[in-house]
Amino acid sequence: MSLLEFFHWLEYLPLLVEMRSSAWLFPVIATFHLFGLSVIGGVVLVVDLRLMGFGLTRQPAAQLVRDTEPLLFGSLLIMLATGIFLFMCFATKYYYLTAFWVKLAALFLVLVLTFSIRRRVLMKDGAGRTSGTDRMAALVSLSLWTSVALGGRLIGFP
Amino acid sequence: MSVLGFFDWLAATPASIALHESRYLYLIVLTVHVMTLCVFVGMAVLLNLRLLGMTLLRVPMSELSERLLPWIVAGFSVMVISGALLFFAAPLDKYANLFFRAKMGLLVFAGVNVWVLHATVYRRVGEWDLDPVPPGGARFAGGVSLMLWATIITAGRMIPYQAYWFD
Repeated sequence: MSLLEFFHWLEYLPLLVEMRSSAWLFPVIATFHLFGLSVIGGVVLVVDLRLMGFGLTRQPAAQLVRDTEPLLFGSLLIMLATGIFLFMCFATKYYYLTAFWVKLAALFLVLVLTFSIRRRVLMKDGAGRTSGTDRMAALVSLSLWTSVALGGRLIGFP
Repeated sequence: MSVLGFFDWLAATPASIALHESRYLYLIVLTVHVMTLCVFVGMAVLLNLRLLGMTLLRVPMSELSERLLPWIVAGFSVMVISGALLFFAAPLDKYANLFFRAKMGLLVFAGVNVWVLHATVYRRVGEWDLDPVPPGGARFAGGVSLMLWATIITAGRMIPYQAYWFD
């Protein structure tokens, strides 16, 4: 089975065809995807800005990372669950969109980067300025998350 | 001139028609509007959850609010400007749209909620800055705000669906 055939199989699963026939289910799930976007965006921004020396600079970075963990994981879970549903609804359309593959690649990279930054920051617990490496990593993280979000917006256009 | 008359005039201006008919500009403005959710609503959600005593309890309430305020104000400005442009591109469609009207009404409530919070319990924020459970009034404002923003996002997302569902 080729990848395209697999995407086609996903898109035409009986349950999914049933769900897609609902007039309101897709927009409602897309709305929950936006709720997730808001929360994950807020958490990522606050942590990455802190690493870059903006925002909550009076707090130790490790503490911020630890305290926002439930929100990051919770919103990531919502994003993935709703995102997979939205993807399955139009899987074969996305197969042909470069923006979709860019989004997936950026998402994979940023998740790997996020978990490595977190490990790094959590191992040190100093307050005050962060290292140049942390600042650069935060900048790359923000750029990658922006690509993920932009990719998501682009694949939604007709 | 009535409100509808004004929107009628607005819709006929060359700039409005140009934005409405543009190939890319409208979509760019729409993208900016959606992406700014992360900055504005994302940070507002953190403040509201903090008011509810559910996150970042080791950061004093006043410090969180003070340090995030510039970003929230910047995000809100971008939201309002991009939102105004989206309205300007199709004033009559938006005027007739129930979800748009609901969204505008809810925005007024969100503004009133912030004003009430700051006029009451937030005046004494120094007294509960690090309390593990913020006062009832603060929790109430945080909860109301979260619900309002969720409803505002929902109403905004549904604006294009009026044509499918009701027309």
